[in-house]
Amino acid sequence: MTLNRRKFLGTSAGMAAALSAPAVLGAGRPRVVVIGGGAGGATAARYLAKDSKGAIDVTLVEPTRTYFTCFFSNLYLGGFRTLDSIGHTYGTLAAQFGVNVVHDWAVGIDRDARTVSLAGGAMLPYDRLILSPGIDFVDGAVPGWDVTAQNRMPHAYKAGSQSELLRAQIAAMPQGGVFAMVAPPNPYRCPPGPYERISMVAHVLRDTNPSAKILIADPKPKFSKQALFEEGWQKHYGGMIDRLGPDFGGDDVAVDPDAMTLNVDGEEIKVDVCNVIPAMKAGRICDLAGITEGNWAPVDGHTMQSRVDPNIHVLGDAAAQGDMPKSGFSANSQAKVAAMAVRGALTGSKVFPAKFSNTCWSLIDTDDGVKVGATYEATDEKIAKVDGFISQTGEDADLRAATYEESIGWYAGITQDMFG
Amino acid sequence: MRGGLAAIVIWGALTGAAPAEEEGRRIGDPVRGAEVFGQCAACHEVGPGARHRVGPHLNGIFGRKAARFDDFRYSDGIRRAGRDGLTWDLEHLDAYLTNPKTLVSGTRMNFRGLKDRRDRDDVLAYLRQFSDNPSDIPEAAPTARKVEVELPPEVLAIMGDPDYGEYLSSECTTCHQIDGDAEGIPAIIGWPEEDFVLAMHAYRRKIRPHPVMQMMAGRLSDEEIAALAAYFGALE
Ligand SMILES: Cc1cc2nc3c(=O)[nH]c(=O)nc-3n(C[C@H](O)[C@H](O)[C@H](O)COP(=O)(O)OP(=O)(O)OC[C@H]3O[C@@H](n4cnc5c(N)ncnc54)[C@H](O)[C@@H]3O)c2cc1C
Repeated sequence: MTLNRRKFLGTSAGMAAALSAPAVLGAGRPRVVVIGGGAGGATAARYLAKDSKGAIDVTLVEPTRTYFTCFFSNLYLGGFRTLDSIGHTYGTLAAQFGVNVVHDWAVGIDRDARTVSLAGGAMLPYDRLILSPGIDFVDGAVPGWDVTAQNRMPHAYKAGSQSELLRAQIAAMPQGGVFAMVAPPNPYRCPPGPYERISMVAHVLRDTNPSAKILIADPKPKFSKQALFEEGWQKHYGGMIDRLGPDFGGDDVAVDPDAMTLNVDGEEIKVDVCNVIPAMKAGRICDLAGITEGNWAPVDGHTMQSRVDPNIHVLGDAAAQGDMPKSGFSANSQAKVAAMAVRGALTGSKVFPAKFSNTCWSLIDTDDGVKVGATYEATDEKIAKVDGFISQTGEDADLRAATYEESIGWYAGITQDMFG
Repeated sequence: MRGGLAAIVIWGALTGAAPAEEEGRRIGDPVRGAEVFGQCAACHEVGPGARHRVGPHLNGIFGRKAARFDDFRYSDGIRRAGRDGLTWDLEHLDAYLTNPKTLVSGTRMNFRGLKDRRDRDDVLAYLRQFSDNPSDIPEAAPTARKVEVELPPEVLAIMGDPDYGEYLSSECTTCHQIDGDAEGIPAIIGWPEEDFVLAMHAYRRKIRPHPVMQMMAGRLSDEEIAALAAYFGALE
């Protein structure tokens, strides 16, 4: 038997209206609204539409028409990718999978009435709601910084114009200038992300501005893939990078965006570029929905259902789920479990036990890639780690080059898995 | 799955120390191995003056990383295995000779494999003479002992459930592109089911190198592997 999945799906999505809808929830097709068209939301919308073969009415709410992935945005900073190559649109989700894509902001959720209100004024009813809004920053996390300062001191932790801005600022640094990063406290989006970024900035500066310095103020005593990054920094960028951990005041940092200064433990440092990555919390819409506890939205790992409201599933960075790092890979993995659970609840389709996995690749220098990964399962308490691995220090150049190539394959795979 | 297959033997990794009497054992009979090598000689040369032919020459094969010669055109599959860290020690040569597809799917080595253990032992003993100071063979330290792990015919005969495979496949398609592009990560659609099953079991038993795949395969049951093989095998 050969089955051309793409053609088959294309037809079935096109015929969606003609298919008889299961009458599980009475008249009409059950409605799922997905808020956020990123790693979690786009995947969930695509899998729901694809696997329900038209039996579920899927609406995706996402304000931007082009989603720039944060993953590989560091490679854009390092000159390994163009910005275009990390931008994705929603045309295939709409045309081939029959997802109703609405470019708007969700501004309110009425959990009793089960409706979502949009900035444009529309009201969307739902049977199940999936929230994957990513992160926002904690107000006042870095004294002196708020989002009005993000043009002088970019975070570049949501990709797109912020990434472009940071890249331009790096290019404009005076010879021998200082690039500073204020690293975030745990938990935050993409644990190795700040350190991959440091690697990419160093890669650019080594060629264009070799006397420049890189300074990291870090509130964490240790960080993801630390041994691998430190080995790589020593090997490729010896002497360029200094990290001030909490023992050197890295947990006591303020900035002055107008003066372009960084204050570490009372000491004022003049810098040329300041990349401020503040503490994070679930995207604001989670607060508006009233499903957060502290900064994040707790979920049950078996289904990704909110612990507060079982009609809402929360995916990706916004969720407090247990052991999985906040990554695009994790969000994509959680989205498939949620899509299966939602489909099962709304159409009676078979539900298999939840399985999760994650692998994060990081690039340290040209052809020097490393990775860390793990598998997870749902317990009643949380999503719990089962097994894992990490690249080793001292690996040979061949393996590191293969690891980098693999990350390029992963990028192509996951973006196809999200957007079709 | 095709029926009537002989048991396929995979050597597992060494666990625990070898009993003393195993140490110092010779791999096999090199004189008889020279005869068995006749089956290989149409494609491979070994010994003084050996050159690449259809296959690369085999001097110094023991302890060499797979796909190491710059002047030989390898298949993508074996080049990838080499970069993942596949090294031709006794255990891996033996697994490869048993069935090349255990270690490398899509290998150009068009050879069904030597199913008879004595044939393999003897030909390896013969080849071993043309490698300097190989490690991981019985007469060198550290001593590796081959541990037999069978992939019995029942396992190969499991009929995979493609519906279950479709659900499980979503874990694979985060990295392996569903349209069959093989940039950086191999394509896995449209494989013969048996090749898929062999490959996954070899990862699960950590005979194939690659930490991500060892981890992913490590928690798949025999049935789940068969289901994935059935599902991906039907895609084109
Ligand atoms: C520099 C960097 C490097 C990274 N590298 C990697 C990597 O290599 N591998 C990896 O796996 N992960 C990586 N990540 C992490 C990854 O980007 C995130 O974990 C992932 O995007 C989370 O997915 P998500 O769906 O939770 O949120 P997002 O992908 O951020 O998607 C959220 C979407 O929701 C939309 N949205 C928010 N609020 C609303 C609203 N009210 N109404 C409508 N829409 C809304 C936003 O516009 C956005 O498009 C990296 C992150 C950064 C910053």
